[in-house]
Amino acid sequence: MSVDLPLPVLTPNDFASDQDVRWCPGCGDYSILAQMKKVMPTLGLPKEKIVFISGIGCSSRFPYYMNTYGMHSIHGRAPAVATGLKTCRPDLQVWVITGDGDGLSIGGNHLMHAIRRNMDLNIVLFNNRIYGLTKGQYSPTSPAGKKTKSTPMGSIDNPLHPLSIAIGAEATFVARSIDTNIKHLAETLKRAADHRGTAFVEVYQNCNVFNDGAWNYAKDRNTKADTTLELEHGKPLIFGKDRDKGIRLNGLEPEVVQLGSGIAEDDLLFHDERSHEPSLAYLLSRMRYEDGYPEPIGVFRAVEKPKYDDMINDQIEEATKAHGIGDLEKLFNAGETWEVE
Amino acid sequence: MSTAIEKQVENLDEATVRFCGDSGDGMQLAGTQFTNTSALAGNDVATFPDFPAEIRAPRGTKAGVSGFQIHFSSQDIYTPGDTVDALVAMNPAALITNLPDLRQGGILIVNTDNFDKKGLEQAGYESNPLEGGDLEEKFKVHQMDMTKLTRQAVDGLGLSVKEADRCKNFFAMGLVFWLYDRSLEPTLRFIDAKFGKKPEIAQANVAALKAGYHYGDTVEGWNTQYLVAKAKLPAGKYRNMMGNQALAWGLVAAAKLSHKRLFLGAYPITPASDILHELAKHKHFDVLTFQAEDEIAAVTSTIGAAFAGEMAVTASSGPGIALKGEGLGLAVITELPMICINVQRGGPSTGLPTKTEQSDLLQVMFGRNGECPMPVIAASSPSDCFDAIQEAWRIAVEYMTPVFFLTDGYIANGSEPWRIPEVSDLPRVRVKHPEPMPDSNDEGAPKFMPYARDEKLARPWAVPGTPTLEHRIGGLEKQDLTGNVSYDPANHEHMIKTRAAKVAGIANGIPEQAVDGPDSGDLLVISWGGPYGACATAVHRAQAMGHKVSHAHLRYLNPFPKNLGELMGRFKKVLVPEINCGQLRLLLRSEYLVDAIGFNKVQGKPFAVGEIVEKIEEVLAS
Repeated sequence: MSVDLPLPVLTPNDFASDQDVRWCPGCGDYSILAQMKKVMPTLGLPKEKIVFISGIGCSSRFPYYMNTYGMHSIHGRAPAVATGLKTCRPDLQVWVITGDGDGLSIGGNHLMHAIRRNMDLNIVLFNNRIYGLTKGQYSPTSPAGKKTKSTPMGSIDNPLHPLSIAIGAEATFVARSIDTNIKHLAETLKRAADHRGTAFVEVYQNCNVFNDGAWNYAKDRNTKADTTLELEHGKPLIFGKDRDKGIRLNGLEPEVVQLGSGIAEDDLLFHDERSHEPSLAYLLSRMRYEDGYPEPIGVFRAVEKPKYDDMINDQIEEATKAHGIGDLEKLFNAGETWEVE
Repeated sequence: MSTAIEKQVENLDEATVRFCGDSGDGMQLAGTQFTNTSALAGNDVATFPDFPAEIRAPRGTKAGVSGFQIHFSSQDIYTPGDTVDALVAMNPAALITNLPDLRQGGILIVNTDNFDKKGLEQAGYESNPLEGGDLEEKFKVHQMDMTKLTRQAVDGLGLSVKEADRCKNFFAMGLVFWLYDRSLEPTLRFIDAKFGKKPEIAQANVAALKAGYHYGDTVEGWNTQYLVAKAKLPAGKYRNMMGNQALAWGLVAAAKLSHKRLFLGAYPITPASDILHELAKHKHFDVLTFQAEDEIAAVTSTIGAAFAGEMAVTASSGPGIALKGEGLGLAVITELPMICINVQRGGPSTGLPTKTEQSDLLQVMFGRNGECPMPVIAASSPSDCFDAIQEAWRIAVEYMTPVFFLTDGYIANGSEPWRIPEVSDLPRVRVKHPEPMPDSNDEGAPKFMPYARDEKLARPWAVPGTPTLEHRIGGLEKQDLTGNVSYDPANHEHMIKTRAAKVAGIANGIPEQAVDGPDSGDLLVISWGGPYGACATAVHRAQAMGHKVSHAHLRYLNPFPKNLGELMGRFKKVLVPEINCGQLRLLLRSEYLVDAIGFNKVQGKPFAVGEIVEKIEEVLAS
């Protein structure tokens, strides 16, 4: 008989490792680390059950700073490392920490496949739209025309949009937050942790050395009410300092409308994060500041689907039920054999 | 069976048969059935399947010829045979490509269908080789239109012409079964199991098989049946085993006996895919098979599984191993136990995907960035895969290191009798995971040191989920003991040397190199991997001729056994036959400054015994 002992009460400090944090002063990563440490004690898990896996890049130093189990792996491969771990050990809570270069460029393939399998991982992609650790080349999320060391005449690549990619791969949980919006960020990470299946979170994160101010429009207290839109399940899409603007659907196109003068809340698009159909979530992921839209933050999509780590272990159970627990003697002696005297 | 004509029976010690035809003609199936039947009849067997990379090359062309060779014997044998005693050729292309291997006086069975203008042209024949009597001068030739005979045999079963024609491999099998007096029973059981759900196909195959058998029994011109007596193998219960299957079973056994779940992360690639296929069948042994999105995910998911504390394995072939390189470096620096299997094939790049080669030795030794040593073990034969892979797991666990395991296409697809072991005799690998540390809030209390080392220089394998042992590992250089990231120059050199010393120290835990024959003499033949059988047979033959030749076959390629240098020193000459341009020879020369002589063949084909005997004589005479 087992006795459920109460979990020790943990504090954010219990999740701090003894290592000096070595990000550049002013880096957005500090805030994400702080919010992660704040969320950890609320998960109801002992810290030995939590594992952080990262790839390469500034963000990927993250596991060293968490007093949990962790692995700083290789470029872009964190989702694959995490897949092996989680497949064997569904009891662990596994976080993947990645950046826009790590996750979408060199590791784009693994990211897509972890998501489509619905492996129970929490993937946090720090998006600063630049390569920080290699000192300032453009990244897969850099806007076209971006001038960097490797693109002195401006980037001619079209950018990827992380949430569109995730939704395209049928992610069951997709959210966005902003490094400086700490309350929102903590809530978003908590929701991701609670989700069963792949949770994909994009965090707008500032690189103050190589791409300072990339997200200023979404962070500046004077503009953010007009440039971002906080999603709430079941609520209409309303934004603006005076909450007087909304998003209406015009055919298949979202349209910014002014409330009043004949347009009521009921005319607006209502957010349904649980919609089985991902098209509206995809449409939201395509609303961009440069196209005149507010950029949604919060949970775009949260649906339940079977998880890979459950299913692969269920198959083992099923096979064991059908054939009994594997017996070597039986295996060796089954089929055609012969005796030599 | 009734014998209409007086037939004679001739006793043989051994025989080699080859079936060849179009890929799609069912030659691999015919060969496999003949092998199993011969094994069940008590012969020692060795096989060599040889097939094109194309699933269906254009019909009738030389590119599409698929062959399967079986050597069966009343003696201990180690190879599928140099020359062929009986050749079954299903079309002109199969005849022209395989005839050079048929020995003078051998039996040639030809399906005359397709020996028309088009078929002969496709094969590159200027005239019909079946006409003019040239073949009859050299061989015992039997010609028949198997396609027509098969159609007649299955007539009335309601099959389409295409379906009927697909049965002709069973006709060919039946004929060869009669020739070597083999029982039809195992194949009848096979047909029942395989085609039971399609009764008309099952009936047709049975009809074709029996028609072939009766053809031999009744038709004039077939005067002799050949008998190969049971082999005098060590007593025990046997089954026939292919290399990849033996490897998979060895993995299952090792996991079970070390109380671990088995995780295989793999991406399909010839000739390694069958390991994935075989393991996927054994989920009730707590086997998790993960078909990854690519080779990089295959190796990194395996690293994740090793971190999780399970038996973690990845399997691929040369081009896939190339992609795994960076991941293997991570496995080396994180010092996690796992196995990376390389079923070698012809290279470079895509090379000859279905043909055998031994040319990845230097790749697995050195194909990673930085000073990145990994132990390397190689299997010598299909059944040896079972034992050698368990040894690889022991080394991985005892030394906390990824281990490279080498086989090749020849071993992977070849088969031989496997003496079924007693489970109680199999090695048990003891896996230790550190227990939680005593709880203490004291500042000076001992802390868990993930890079502390035992007497074998292995670090502790602490698994996530264990309280108080939380730690971080990764690809950046580790500080000794703590495992914290460290750029300290002296520490880096210390860690590089420690990892190298750990791998070198494995030599203390493996057997000294054994030698077949006297432990000194004129010539030592050193082999590794697939050429084991050809080298062993060749050296036995040379010894019987009175030469002072011995044979050392290496299972351990990194580190080498401790006595290897001294052993080589006791022979006047050292010969190293390899299916590459001299990779082991390069290592032996650099490690021991020995003037080893190479015998190298890189044709996608294994060595024939005869060519090694010739080389031995040449080296001894020089």
